[in-house]
Amino acid sequence: MAQVGRGIPRLEARSKVTGRAEYTHNLRLPGMLYGKVFRSTVPHGRIVRIDTGAAAALPGVERVVTGDDIRKIIPEPYYGPAFHDQPILALDKVRHVGEPVAVVIAADPHVAEQAVALIEAEYQELPAVYDEVEAMTSKAIVHEVLKPAGTFADLKHLAGKTGTNITLDYHLTRGDTGKAFAGAEHVFEHTFRSQQALHLAFEPFVAVADPGDGMVTIHTSNQTPSFVRMEIARLLGWHENQVRVKVPFLGGGFGGKVYVKLEPLVVALALLVRRPVKVALTMEEQFYMVTKHPTTFRIKSGVTKDGKITARECEVFWNGGAYAEIGPRVCQKSGFTAPGPYDIDNVKIDSYELYTNRTPCGALRGFGIPQLVWAYECHTDIIARELGIDPIALRRKNILREGRPHATGTKMRDAAIEQVLEALAEQMQWSKPFDRGSGVIRRGRGVAIGFKASISPTTSVAIVNVSADGSASLNMATTDMGQGSNTIMAQIVAEVLDLQAENVRVMATDTDITPYDMGTLGSRSTFHMGHAVRLAAEDARAKLQALAAEAGLPPGTNYPPSEIFVKRYGMQAGNVIGTGTYVPTYQSPDKTTGMSENVTPFWMVGGAGAEVEVDTETGKVRVIRLVNAADCGTPINPRIATTQLSGGATMALGFTLFEDMVLDGGQVINASLADYKIPGMHDIPPMLNELVDAAQTNGPFGAKGLGESATFGVSPAIANAIDDAVGIRLTDLPMTPEAVLRALRAKQGRPLEDDA
Amino acid sequence: MSARTIHFILNGREVSAEIEPHRNLVELLQRFDLTGARESCGQGLCGCCTALVDGQPVSGCLYFAVMVDGKRVTTVEALDAEGSLSKVQQAFIDHGAFQCGFCTPGFVLMTHQLLAENPNPSDDEIRDYLSGNLCRCAAYPEIIAAVKAAARG
Repeated sequence: MAQVGRGIPRLEARSKVTGRAEYTHNLRLPGMLYGKVFRSTVPHGRIVRIDTGAAAALPGVERVVTGDDIRKIIPEPYYGPAFHDQPILALDKVRHVGEPVAVVIAADPHVAEQAVALIEAEYQELPAVYDEVEAMTSKAIVHEVLKPAGTFADLKHLAGKTGTNITLDYHLTRGDTGKAFAGAEHVFEHTFRSQQALHLAFEPFVAVADPGDGMVTIHTSNQTPSFVRMEIARLLGWHENQVRVKVPFLGGGFGGKVYVKLEPLVVALALLVRRPVKVALTMEEQFYMVTKHPTTFRIKSGVTKDGKITARECEVFWNGGAYAEIGPRVCQKSGFTAPGPYDIDNVKIDSYELYTNRTPCGALRGFGIPQLVWAYECHTDIIARELGIDPIALRRKNILREGRPHATGTKMRDAAIEQVLEALAEQMQWSKPFDRGSGVIRRGRGVAIGFKASISPTTSVAIVNVSADGSASLNMATTDMGQGSNTIMAQIVAEVLDLQAENVRVMATDTDITPYDMGTLGSRSTFHMGHAVRLAAEDARAKLQALAAEAGLPPGTNYPPSEIFVKRYGMQAGNVIGTGTYVPTYQSPDKTTGMSENVTPFWMVGGAGAEVEVDTETGKVRVIRLVNAADCGTPINPRIATTQLSGGATMALGFTLFEDMVLDGGQVINASLADYKIPGMHDIPPMLNELVDAAQTNGPFGAKGLGESATFGVSPAIANAIDDAVGIRLTDLPMTPEAVLRALRAKQGRPLEDDA
Repeated sequence: MSARTIHFILNGREVSAEIEPHRNLVELLQRFDLTGARESCGQGLCGCCTALVDGQPVSGCLYFAVMVDGKRVTTVEALDAEGSLSKVQQAFIDHGAFQCGFCTPGFVLMTHQLLAENPNPSDDEIRDYLSGNLCRCAAYPEIIAAVKAAARG
């Protein structure tokens, strides 16, 4: 029976509904101590003094640790995937409110917490910068010295600009925008901004380090166990095989738990006290770990009178926060898609990643793409309205079609942009009359489409182990955070080896036995690890055939594997180990022109259509229908794939309408679930989720990733629907009732008092 | 603070514990190796730490452990004590009503409570009753479908 294409429940479903699924959150080791973090209260300052005396004297406190103590274990305690800029505990300077400055270790976490309150720190405050555009020219320099990491192949060129806050500037020039604007019949220019928001996985960041004899074991809720191993080995000056990283299920990730987070800290603490140490953040502390980039995007287009876009300039400023994190890759990887999924002859992109004195910003479900789509799809709609052209017709006229070159020069292959757009048009019944209402409640509708390049070049390795009874287990470092990777990888193994997917055992990640994977991120797993798993299973199948030949069976035998083992070894004995490694091809963008003929192994395409009701008296926006469409090639598990759409779209809905990390003088003033609202049961509109009929010809069984695709279009689709309903254009996220009401009142010529 | 001895019934079994008055119910349950109730938001807003005390759902992160003295505590682990899943648990699997699974025990327990009080809830009643449970993976549509399936039996 075909295993690929089956909509089976998650393999671990039973353990999840019974509360028995394993999470690092639950882990307690014998003799384990707890670390609680003392954090900076100032956004930017030199550390003058840290007084830990009272904390250390509190009964029950094992030890108080500062940045200087960390140096005893790790002399150069700076980490990061792009720049080695982040100290394990602050040294010399603090760069954002909430930055870890000291840790109290105690057997009882309550005692540790109590002791943290007794620590005092004095800072000499420095001028701070919070806004990404101001950071371009600000005299407040967050990092005086820049330290490129040189770890990842696609970031080898990183240098940063000393004396500025710029960690990466990406530029692309195609054709001649200046000339095209001069000759254009219409030129449109707008600026859009997006807010700081965050992942808020319900299993907050947590890690445990357990020191051993010449080695250390790390238990962590992390999306990139192989990177954790490498980075910890680098920090300690150890070999990779001295670091063991174990990852059970993750209670959510969404891009937050990538690269290293708490792991360097728990390792240093555990090696200092020579006992297992756990650091588990509270929900509040998650606001100081990693967030989504706030952005400012200036977009300018030249358009003919019949709606053909002839030129587009994109200037994108990414607010990276206090540490580079993976921001430079966001800036480049997403930056080159800033003109949108449109066929435009003249394009110029300037994309800047900037340090500021905010919580660091990294990857959040879409890797910067939702911020870009927010701008270019609002812009596209405004153009359509001003020219009196139907918004879908304008998109039809301009979309990138199969075989046409993207702005980078890479030819589009298997990117179902047209299918996604047409799916939205059909599901929204776009050609039918639409009742916008005439009373207090007005209705509107809007669509938006976006696309994303996959991360490249990256490596995935998998091992398929066939036991003598013919059962198979899979070893891989892809981690399951709810997206269903264990299940679909088991389906791939089962497909190749003619087994039932439910009977394939997927091992929990343990880097002592699981091979390398670049990371569970950027919707890369189905494609990259999917290929590695397919190759490993095919290798196992070939080795079974070879075993059959050794046992004297004829080629192409139908003997089941269990009998082949018996024939070969005289009893139920032995193993067949299949391995697979997958690395797609890639050409790095040219440093000057930003061009590349092969910038991605596949494209993700996603779009949204929204119908809204706007209450013109209160500004309240109610989404009455949300259509999500995406291209995931041919889904391995259509059911799990569909829930990735509804889940992603709902998260995006929160970022669109209410989620906002509010800063006052560098302080986060709503760092709790009480003050930072996320979508709940009552916020979910009726949704229709469609996987368009498509195939990724170079993908495993025609599949590719889609964990992020449904996040692309939600914000602009809703903004476009609000404009359609009441004729106001919001350019900042989130679109709260207050923002809508202010815009409505301004349009009526009676602005609210604060605006007057 | 000095510990107090408390006696209570945990998932049908008489137990006792020595516990300080500042510790919450989640910490108490951990001592019995029950980790289905998980502290996440710490404010009683997300529902991940839901447990039943004398048949009433409480937020384990806000409920002092000593308050269960003499009471009956039920956790998600009681639901399949006989080795077979409850119809709610089975419906959650059949309808794919979770992704990461971290909040799932809370939703499952609350659904049991809902169906005990209202065997045939409407969509709106389901939404209202479960609005105190949050799911960051947003499996809400599937959860509603699962609750209705469990109600149908």
